[in-house]
Amino acid sequence: MTAPSRIRNFSIIAHIDHGKSTLADRLLERTGAISEREMRDQVLDEMDIERERGITIKANAVRIDYTALSGETYQLNLIDTPGHVDFSYEVSRSLEACEGALLVVDASQGVEAQTLANAYLAIEEGLEVIPVVNKIDLPAADPDRAAEELASVLGGSADEVIRVSAKTGIGIDELLEAIVERLPEPEGNSKGPLRALVFDSFYDTYRGVVSHIRVVDGSIAKREAVRFMATHLDVEVDELGIRRPAGEVVDRLEAGEVGYLITGVKEIDLIRVGDTVTDTDDPTPVALPGYQEPKPMVFSGLFPTDGDDFERLREALEKLRLNDSSLVYQAETSRALGFGFRVGFLGLLHMEIVRERLEREYGLDLVATAPSVAYLANLASGEQVPVRSPQDLPDASVLESIEEPYVKVMIITPSEYIGTVMELVQQRRGTMGEMTYLSPERAEIHYRVPLAEIVFDFFDQLKSRTRGYASLDYEPDGYQVSELVRVNILLNGIPVDAFSTIVHRDKAYTYGKAMVNRLRELIPRQLFDVPIQAAIGTRIISRETIKAKRKDVTAKCYGGDITRKRKLLERQKEGKRRMKMVGQVEVPQEAFVAALKLET
Amino acid sequence: MSTGYRIPDTEYSVSPDSVELAEQARSWKSAYVHIPFCAQRCPYCDFAVVAADEPGGDEAARYVEAILAEIAMEDTPFPLDAVNFGGGTPTRVDASDLGRILGALDQRFGIADDAEVSIEANPEDWSPTYGDALLSAGFNRVSFGVQSFDPVVLNSLGRTHSPDEAESAVRAARESGFDTVNLDLIYGAPAETNDSWSATVDRALGLGPDHLSAYALTVEGGTALSRAIRGGAPSPDPDVQADRYEYVDAAARAAGFVRYEVSNWARPGRACLYNLSTWMMGEFLAFGTGAHDYRDGARGRNIRRLDAYLSKVESGERPRSGSERLDDFESERERFMVGLRLAAGVALGSIGGPFVECFDGGRLLDAGIVRVDGDRVVVERPLLTDLVARSVLSVSPGDC
Repeated sequence: MTAPSRIRNFSIIAHIDHGKSTLADRLLERTGAISEREMRDQVLDEMDIERERGITIKANAVRIDYTALSGETYQLNLIDTPGHVDFSYEVSRSLEACEGALLVVDASQGVEAQTLANAYLAIEEGLEVIPVVNKIDLPAADPDRAAEELASVLGGSADEVIRVSAKTGIGIDELLEAIVERLPEPEGNSKGPLRALVFDSFYDTYRGVVSHIRVVDGSIAKREAVRFMATHLDVEVDELGIRRPAGEVVDRLEAGEVGYLITGVKEIDLIRVGDTVTDTDDPTPVALPGYQEPKPMVFSGLFPTDGDDFERLREALEKLRLNDSSLVYQAETSRALGFGFRVGFLGLLHMEIVRERLEREYGLDLVATAPSVAYLANLASGEQVPVRSPQDLPDASVLESIEEPYVKVMIITPSEYIGTVMELVQQRRGTMGEMTYLSPERAEIHYRVPLAEIVFDFFDQLKSRTRGYASLDYEPDGYQVSELVRVNILLNGIPVDAFSTIVHRDKAYTYGKAMVNRLRELIPRQLFDVPIQAAIGTRIISRETIKAKRKDVTAKCYGGDITRKRKLLERQKEGKRRMKMVGQVEVPQEAFVAALKLET
Repeated sequence: MSTGYRIPDTEYSVSPDSVELAEQARSWKSAYVHIPFCAQRCPYCDFAVVAADEPGGDEAARYVEAILAEIAMEDTPFPLDAVNFGGGTPTRVDASDLGRILGALDQRFGIADDAEVSIEANPEDWSPTYGDALLSAGFNRVSFGVQSFDPVVLNSLGRTHSPDEAESAVRAARESGFDTVNLDLIYGAPAETNDSWSATVDRALGLGPDHLSAYALTVEGGTALSRAIRGGAPSPDPDVQADRYEYVDAAARAAGFVRYEVSNWARPGRACLYNLSTWMMGEFLAFGTGAHDYRDGARGRNIRRLDAYLSKVESGERPRSGSERLDDFESERERFMVGLRLAAGVALGSIGGPFVECFDGGRLLDAGIVRVDGDRVVVERPLLTDLVARSVLSVSPGDC
């Protein structure tokens, strides 16, 4: 057993592209946890989608043995966390398993909003933060400026900032020393009743649910009876282990240690991230800070292009949920799209990832409808009902008011773009709060904005208007009554539920017009004229017509050409397979995501 | 072999869109000879051609010998009801050489006395003496690449002849005594206007041709035209092309022509036998670069590159680059899809029934785009023929 004084548990907090995974790779390599030969980029990111997008979605934990300059050998547990705002719940769980964090910023980019948000989260959790400036070898690097910013944000001195290049290895030795010197040892009662935090879990086809745990008090051993407190589940420990990063079975995990736990449980719902594991025979009276239900922020309809694939979609969602307990869904029927599911996501990135995994890993061909946030409808009767899809909106005759979710937004931007950012937020119905300067060149601005205004393209707009320099983080900030209306889109006179949207009254006309125009571009010409209308209730606010197709024929067909012509038609036919019949109108899949890309 | 063809086993004045004629054409045998040489490469053309200033552009004499050799190598000869020389520009080659090729075909396969022997011609190559020479060599049908009578449009199409040259070539061919004179027109080029098109059609019909082909300008991949459009040049507008099509169709009908295929009109008795036969899955042989043949249920093709073709033939080998044998279902499907292009419609066969019963087929019937006439399916809106043909692909082998 390792004495707590020789254990250090830490996370790395960094913005996307600031080099978190590379730094983790380098720490593993420098301590000999992994040989150069086994090295590949992003060792800890196991999902294809993580490696392709260069992001971390699931948390991961790896144990490193490090012999310090003092000659003492330490057990370092690196807990890898997601960097994206969509996954902030997972971040908070991971941070709870640590005593320290490395706050990494790119020497040429400086502090970013999400990094800062996660750093504040770490400080709130009582973690010791080591500021690190990475990529100091790059020509555009300005390590002094980045160090000053970090010091100003964390309230320390620029001298405490460790300067590294994860790519070349500069400064890694110094960083390892700082980890053992500056980060506190785990506290906890090694004798007390077992308390271990589940900070992530995933589903393995052969082993069932595998949980990453951090033992806080007591110890856990193989074949002991343990209890998951939130779900009152009593089970036996099948296997305990650590990752180095290859898996290694151990008999026991002691207070302060991090490892994985397998119990043979197959239902991921029974083992919740954030839950406390205790000893069935000697349970703790006090669970660790409790489990929170992840709250989906964005909802979208997912429908199979081929109606026969509905059951396959259900199975795929079930399987995906085994690994992603934040995924919520319920069956939904659309007049236009048939049977599908209303799926709740943590954010747009989460939505994209889920959709991509469903298509890639389960071979499904899906139509996704425009994402929507969760509204609340106040009825004349005094009742309040949730509205997760525009179709759920009760009839105007019984509707008293509609509330929409708001978020607190933090934006960090170079000072020269403050005006631009303000203008953007104003267009999105935001109100400004506090503004502070991190340095003369960079400001941190706080806003309150309706969630619906930022979930779709706000981030892209912010990036493009500030040449990529501004960064963003947000957190929920309650509900508020707004002047909202549902804009219906009628195709050939028939309302298409998949296209209807709830928007602010002031934006309804612009939205309707833009949507109608976009659909006119995206829907190919049909056998007959197809009117497209936008309407609020019975009032038409915009109208366009897709003229009937007049010419669709190869001009010249000669003998030698016949097989080639048939093959060309077959290819064109393949393209048409991705169309969905809505009434008598063939609608391509892109039309269903049109609202997502709409510039209004 | 005589000059003057008639449609085998039918009345000479049979209507070009007659069902009997179409069904008859299935049994005709024909041959295609490809002459790849051109004065220059037209910006819209994606055929196997060699322009005069490109490597091999001066190899006509060597090419004629290769064609003769290829004909001699043909091992499954059958007597020919129709022969067609296309290109490229066949009239870039001396009439005497074309006559030698025709003679070789006759000697090897036998060309029926009343066969249609057709050649594609560029107006600027034509002279009364050239025409007379072709006529005495055995050609009895000439098809002129007139394209337009508007100099602006001709220029935009990269054509170097003038409207007057086209007119005098057509008159000369008439005077020489060709049985059938066809004019090829292209419509819908961005430089064309409604007025220039109607003037072109009127002037073409005014010359009294027996046959008229009008093709929508089509942007083929890999051509100078498609590159220009990618670079921002205007592309043909399908609605404008539909207007132009409707104009030529009405004008041709008023002048006594009958439309018998999407893009082809003829006076009674003057349908193009070669084309009808290939559309009806009649067998045909093919000689020259990039030429395709069809026989014994297989489609074959020749090497497309001139130098590769020449060296293959000169080393005594058949210049084949590949072939594809169609299974029963594929060949039935091709028969049906191509047959849809004919005004006579296409016999239901084994695929037609399932097609009109299927979802897509039903929609097309309801919309009046196709109709069932006895045991045939007829496309009522020829401009939507590909849309109909794509729907045929919904029918799978198990349905028939």
